[in-house]
Amino acid sequence: MAEIGILHYLIVAALLFVLGVIGVLTRRNVVVVLMSIELILNAVNLNLVAFSRMWGLHGQVFSIFVITDAAAEAAVGLGILIAFFRNKETVNVDEVDLMKW
Amino acid sequence: MQPVATTFFFYMLSGLAVLGGVLVITRRNAVHSALALILTLLSVAGLYLMLYAPFVAGVQIILYAGGIMVLFLFVIMLVNLDRAQKEEQYNKIWILGLLGALGLGALFIGVFIKSAQSKTDVFAVLMRRPLIAFEDSSNTQAVGQMLYQNYLFAFEIASLLLLVAIIGAVVMAKKRI
Repeated sequence: MAEIGILHYLIVAALLFVLGVIGVLTRRNVVVVLMSIELILNAVNLNLVAFSRMWGLHGQVFSIFVITDAAAEAAVGLGILIAFFRNKETVNVDEVDLMKW
Repeated sequence: MQPVATTFFFYMLSGLAVLGGVLVITRRNAVHSALALILTLLSVAGLYLMLYAPFVAGVQIILYAGGIMVLFLFVIMLVNLDRAQKEEQYNKIWILGLLGALGLGALFIGVFIKSAQSKTDVFAVLMRRPLIAFEDSSNTQAVGQMLYQNYLFAFEIASLLLLVAIIGAVVMAKKRI
């Protein structure tokens, strides 16, 4: 088997990214959509850390910022979900149409 | 320390990560999705370890698999998902989304592989750069120094972002303000 290089890690990250995009575009449950966004952010992090193997620690530091972002996004997203569920008793994305005319 | 059985561990961890990702987007029960996401996060943490990034791996386990996933499980507990479980799980245009995402993935992987084979491509030159010999014991120290010296301003902005997120989450989840 070939030596494991950066390319292998990039391909794994691309697979995780695509799985996340599929989840965001096809699922109806908001909780699962938010989890798919976490998958996407994780794929980006894997790319950053893989490149930091060649370019120094900047990628690792940036991936910590991305994790911070993910935490903030999850907190606000789940808060919005709770507020929405209280009003409409549903968690489906395609029923979020309060602002639609 | 010289790594052992890199190939085996790489394929095992990345296989587990992709398997977890597939389970996240296919399970009907949101709790099962959350557990599969934890599997993916832990496997990715293992991949970070293989890339000589022990600090990021630790942060991944503590913050993601510990903190964020507990948040998710709490919200799953607060929100009644029984009715959503019996409904259709995929939206009406799921086939379009699936095809678009698969096209995107084919584009990614095609570009990676094609440019890795080319001699003059910018991306290929970038990928053939020699690896840095990281020291085993000082990763956390080095990351910390970079975080507080080169990226101090970004660090402060990140703390402000977290403050805004805390306030936002409380305001959203509170019944009456």
